[in-house]
Order: sequence, then C-alpha cells, then structure tokens
Amino acid sequence: MKNIYMPFKSKILKISKHTETDYTFRMEFKGEVKPGQFFEVSIPKFGESPISVSEIGENYVDFTIRRVGTVTDVIHSFFVGGTLFLRGPYGNGFDVNHYKNKEIIVAAGGTGLAPVKGIVDYFAKNPSECKGFNLMAGFKSPEDILFKDNFKTWEKSISVTLTVDGADASYTGTVGLITKYIDGIPVDNMDEVQVIVVGPPMMLKFTVAGFIKKGVKEKNIWVSYERKMCCGVGKCGHCRIDDTYICLEGPVFNYLDAVHLVD
Amino acid sequence: MEGVIFMGFKLKIEKFDEQLEILRQEYKVYAPVIIKGKGTFADTNTVRYKEIESIKEVEFDLKSNYSPKEIILPITQTLFYFTEDDCEEPKCDEKKILIFLRSCDIHAMIRLDEIYLKNGNEDYYYKVLRDKVKYVLMGCSESFENCFCASMGSNSTENYDMYTRIQDDEVFVECKSEELMNYFNIDKTNDLKVEPEFVQSNEVKVTIPENLDQRVFKSKMWDEYSSRCIACGRCNFVCGTCSCFTMQDVFYKENRNVGERRRVWASCHIDGYSDMAGGHGFRKDKKDRMRFKIMHKVYDFKKRAGYHMCIGCGRCDDICPEYISFSNCVNKLNKAMDEVE
Repeated sequence: MKNIYMPFKSKILKISKHTETDYTFRMEFKGEVKPGQFFEVSIPKFGESPISVSEIGENYVDFTIRRVGTVTDVIHSFFVGGTLFLRGPYGNGFDVNHYKNKEIIVAAGGTGLAPVKGIVDYFAKNPSECKGFNLMAGFKSPEDILFKDNFKTWEKSISVTLTVDGADASYTGTVGLITKYIDGIPVDNMDEVQVIVVGPPMMLKFTVAGFIKKGVKEKNIWVSYERKMCCGVGKCGHCRIDDTYICLEGPVFNYLDAVHLVD
Repeated sequence: MEGVIFMGFKLKIEKFDEQLEILRQEYKVYAPVIIKGKGTFADTNTVRYKEIESIKEVEFDLKSNYSPKEIILPITQTLFYFTEDDCEEPKCDEKKILIFLRSCDIHAMIRLDEIYLKNGNEDYYYKVLRDKVKYVLMGCSESFENCFCASMGSNSTENYDMYTRIQDDEVFVECKSEELMNYFNIDKTNDLKVEPEFVQSNEVKVTIPENLDQRVFKSKMWDEYSSRCIACGRCNFVCGTCSCFTMQDVFYKENRNVGERRRVWASCHIDGYSDMAGGHGFRKDKKDRMRFKIMHKVYDFKKRAGYHMCIGCGRCDDICPEYISFSNCVNKLNKAMDEVE
C-alpha cells in the first residue's frame, strides 16, 4: 500500500533571484508533470506548502517561491546542493494540446505567472503550433517583476504586454492594471480565442469580466485557483469549495465551472 | 471475505467478560464510557471513547459526547518521524480493533471511508487502522435529545459484526462474524433470537428541501450566525463525519534536528481554516462558515457521494455553547428556498 504522504528527497540544482522575496528553485525531478500542476514542497520540522511548477525540464521542475510564510521563509535559507522534500505532482494542470492551433491570450497577475509559465514557455518555443499568442503580465511595481530574463526571450516569438500597477516617473515601461490593456489585444476570431487568467482573486475577477466584455466566449476562458491545501489529495478539506476539491478537480478550471464555485 | 453467520446467545456478564479478556489478547476494545468530573461544567461527567476491559464499563444509557471517529482518525496522528534527513513511519499497533457504537456512528464511518478511501487516492494511515476494525452495535431503545437519525436514514443498520445488550445480569449477543464467534464457546444448537433495537422516529425531524441549491447562499437566514457563532469549532470536533485536518511539523526541544510531521483535526468554523501563506483567507464572516458546513452536510457531499454526510446524531447541537441548532438551521433551508426563488 502506497503512503501518499511520504515525501521524497530532491536536490536543489539552481536558485535564481527575481526580487528580494521571490526566488526560483530548480529541483531534481524525473517524471510526468504538466504546467499548472503543483507539488507539496516541504522542509521536515517546518512544514509543507503547495507550490505550482513554474518550469518543467527533462530532469527538473522549477518552483517560484515567495517568502510569505513559515515554510517559505525557511526554504529561502537553503542553498544549491541542499535538499528539499517533495510529493506530487498533484492537480489537473493545463492541457497544452487543448490550446494548439488556436489564438491564445494569457493574463497573469504577480506570482500567478508561475503556474501558467509552462504554457508560455511551450508556445514561445513553438509559436507555429498556435495561431497567435499574447502574454499579459502585471506586477505591483518594477521591483516586483518576475522572470525578467524569460520576458526577453518570450518577446522574440510572442506578443508581450508587461505592465506594472504603479511606478515613479523614471520608469519607461508600461504602467496600469492588466484590465486597462484588454481592449488593445487584437483578436482574429472572437469565437475561438482561448484566454487563461491566473492571479490574485480580485485581479482574476476583473480580468475575466474584462475579457467577457470584450466578447470572449465564457467556455474559452480558463482560470487557476489558489487555496490552502494541507494534503493535495482530497482529504484535508481546506481547499474545498462547494462540492469541488481544488486539489483534485483543479486547480485549473474552465470558467463555466469556476463561476459556480462560491467559497 | 469473512464468513457471515447469525448466532444469538446470552451469557452472564462475568462469563462475557472472561471471553472479552481472551479477545483482548488480539483486539483493543473501545467503547463509550463515563469519565467522571470531565464534563463542561463543575461536577459533571462526559461520555467519551476509551479502551475497556469489561462490558460493565460500557455506557449503554447515554449518548457519547464525542464520536468514535478518534479511534481510526486520531485527534493528533504522527505521519512520520524525521531524523537528520530521513522520514520514518511510526510503528502501528499489531492488535485489531473492536468498537462498541450505535447505528448512526456506523453510518458515520461509511462517510469517513468515502473521504479517506474513495475521494482521491486511499489514505494509507486511515486504511491501516480501518482494516483492523470490527463493530459491536449498541442498540437505541429510544431516541436521545437532539437526535434526528430517522430523518437522515441512519437509525438502523445491517453493517455490524456483533450486537450486545445488557439485561439484568446477562449479556444478550447476536454475532454475525465467524471470527468473533470463535472467542465464544457456545453450543450452536441453542440459537437464541436476539434482535437489535433501532429507533423508528425522533422528536426532532429534519426536512431537506428538494429544490435546495446554491441560490440559498443569498438568503437572509444565514445572517444571525454572524453574531451567534463564536467560531469555537466544537460542532466539528464532536461530529462523527467531520474529517478535516491540518498538517503540523514539530521538532523536539532536546534535539532540533529530530522531529515529526503530524496531522491534527481541523475545523471549518475556526479562524485560519482557509488562510493561505501571505494572509489571504476566505469566509471571514461566521455566517459564511455556517453556510459552508451546513451545505457540505446536506448538499455538497451528496453531489459527490450520492448520500448525505450528516447522520443526525445531534452531537453538534448538544455541544454548542451558543445553543445553535444544526437541525433547526437545516429546517430553515425550506423557507430560505422560498425566499430566494
């Protein structure tokens, strides 16, 4: 009988700093993983946190971790060569095949970019496999921008709108909430365009509303949810909304299903 | 699959205890017992599950304040110990488990099985304990206060291994388990008809509206719980079907390199239940927590499992320090649906 709570050791291969509080940990891992899936990442004696994968490689997965709690504080004191404990992957994740040969818009707020980054990476690498890709990424301030190096790569093959909520006058980039730029995103086929929205609850709500107003079909909108999860396997109850377990049926939902989820 | 028989017999209490003693070499026997002086108020008692040595200890006349769930879903359960960088599972007691419990609580176990064995992958720790369990049914000659088992359909059951009742100085037994029967040296030609008592109706009746759905979220019926509920979580902890837990890691004071990961019962009424790292949480208002719990018990769970989660034991009503009644709340759903329709 398999013990679903027993974690395995994974070596830290690389740590990259994005901001003062956000780092990406590249962890040794071999196995099937989809963008949008998550692992329970833990440090024995401190605890476990559900963290979604921000990049998937042949022998690794990346976790972009913000220092916000007990566990993530301690994780940030680890170094390359050290080990963390993992169990997973959990959740449904995004199905890359679903988006192939379609127009795609990804709107991500803050760390919400991490779970959807695998999709962006895939189509930025294989732009011919879709009919157009627009990435909209919003951060609080220029200091909060994550994956700066990736943006440089992405800009070469897909359209990118990188915006910050606010910045001082010296900032030369785009300023304003994502919702401000929804109208400006060109769409060829409004009936078919696929939109993925990931971010904090308020951003999610207004961004989805913005795309619906623009004319995007509700059935073509996809969201990813974040909830407290202690087990990741449908037992602990914390992530449940109505009759849906975010860890089992989610975290990725079609908007038509997500709209019925009331906390 | 173990052989099923139906054998009725009676034994003097002393004789039964002698057999129980033999059985206890292979089984841990749990039953509701009176714990003197441990009630909520001064000089009051509580009825809780404990390991017993004699059937005389079993409290047949009162409802237990807590459910038997803690036997297979311990309040605090160590999942593994950490040494420097290894994880090791705790050893599990070899003995099998015999639980004295009522029909409603047997139904509650079915709900726990649903979550721990069927909702996603099997839970290893639950499964190990659950596979050891046999049930000794306790009958209910009449309904206790706040019970509404008949409304929830949990007032009777066939799902037990043995039934016992004490009458004067004798124990009347119906044994369905061949294995348990081996512990009783009984002349099998002397079959006695022993039938469990099940209540057919309760004073408290509950009607779940057939048209119940999410529209009820908008009803004003929830408002009163914002101020009435004090978010103590007692209702969840006494409930036989509440099964949420939170993970906890600890290290030992003597050696900080060594520690353990545990899971601990959690309550959806208590602050922090849905809080994520960074502080964002859901259902800040207590009325939303009440709605979340009620709807799980009589609506959401059924959508996944096909039957209601609530078993109608009424322990939540017995324990609530604010006298909030679960059954009243469920009955209010009827009017609330009219209100929102």
